[in-house]
Amino acid sequence: MKISQGAPGAKILAFGHYQPSNVVTNDDLAKTIDTNDEWIQSRVGIKERRIAPPSETEIDLAVQAGGKALAASGLSAADIDLVIVATCTLETQIPNAAGRVAARLGIDAPGAFDVNTACSGFCYALAVANDTIRAGSATNVLVVGTEKFSPWIDWNDRATSVIFADGAGAAVVGPSDTPGIGPVVWGSDGDRSDAIIIKDRNSFLHQEGQTVFRWATTALHPVARQACERAGVDPADLAAFVPHQANLRIIEAIARKIGADNAVIARDIVLAGNTSAASIPMALSRMIERGEVRSGGLALLFGFGAGLTYAGQVIEIP
Amino acid sequence: MAMTEQEILAGIGKIINEITGIPAAEVTPEKSFVDDLDIDSLSMVEIAVAAQDEFGVEIPDDQLKNLKTVKDVIAFIQG
Repeated sequence: MKISQGAPGAKILAFGHYQPSNVVTNDDLAKTIDTNDEWIQSRVGIKERRIAPPSETEIDLAVQAGGKALAASGLSAADIDLVIVATCTLETQIPNAAGRVAARLGIDAPGAFDVNTACSGFCYALAVANDTIRAGSATNVLVVGTEKFSPWIDWNDRATSVIFADGAGAAVVGPSDTPGIGPVVWGSDGDRSDAIIIKDRNSFLHQEGQTVFRWATTALHPVARQACERAGVDPADLAAFVPHQANLRIIEAIARKIGADNAVIARDIVLAGNTSAASIPMALSRMIERGEVRSGGLALLFGFGAGLTYAGQVIEIP
Repeated sequence: MAMTEQEILAGIGKIINEITGIPAAEVTPEKSFVDDLDIDSLSMVEIAVAAQDEFGVEIPDDQLKNLKTVKDVIAFIQG
């Protein structure tokens, strides 16, 4: 039997992002639930978030972000032979998101599958994209993180409704002579699967805030550092640290503990809320757009969330 | 040797000061974390984690919500 020959490495060619147009401020939320701007900002760091109308689906968000990434990459739809969508908020499980996103973008007959590791989904999907290119299973991969949390949120629950939001981010990954995506460090802790959960199809998202906060601020920084070590990168040499945008206090605690002293820290949550699998590509895409990070610099991506799951890797910024 | 109440109080005062900026002198046994010191639930987790490092006593989340005052934490650490 013959086996496929892959590329020596893979790299991210471009990012893209999309947010729904409807802005929901903390003051807007305070009109219907017992909360206020100061309470929300001090606990989670969010000032506003975007919520999609019922007519705009998570597929629509993904198509917007994916289309922008594709346009920025310089490739055409015909060049993409694999689409991976990371999401945990699909309205139904059948069909998957990736096939629909591909069809809407005019990508003809690609491999197409979804990844559900919730908030770490983009890093899992990116790791798989990297491996498929290096193994020769794909040439160019579109990776999308898309979430529409709004239908899964109890808008009377101030513990979750102030946090979660809608949005999408995407990356185009292609072959490279030099490595542009470092080794992934990933893992899970299924014993704590109840900490972030939608119990059944009639339930809303529930989160044990203190449990998740304790886990995120104590157990994860060694894993993030390990992702740097496996890539042979000193955290002090990182140009950017882009963790999942869960909570500003978690972001700042992990950033402090890994010693990314010279890195721009992604704080996209302030204007985006927690968009789970979308948060990392959306945050980095916006940092690139604002000129906060330079092309060729190294960024540590680090996702963590429901499962519990986590994954991270160092990448070269396109 | 077990720590005295005063030693634990001083340790908790230092931890709370580091995490919240509240002067350690304001951290007295009768004070309520929420009502008197205005410490939120996430800072309580940070305090519990720091207390575990300092005193070697784990305060799980399901116990944490029952610890309303500084005195309650001292008693928990003393066992």
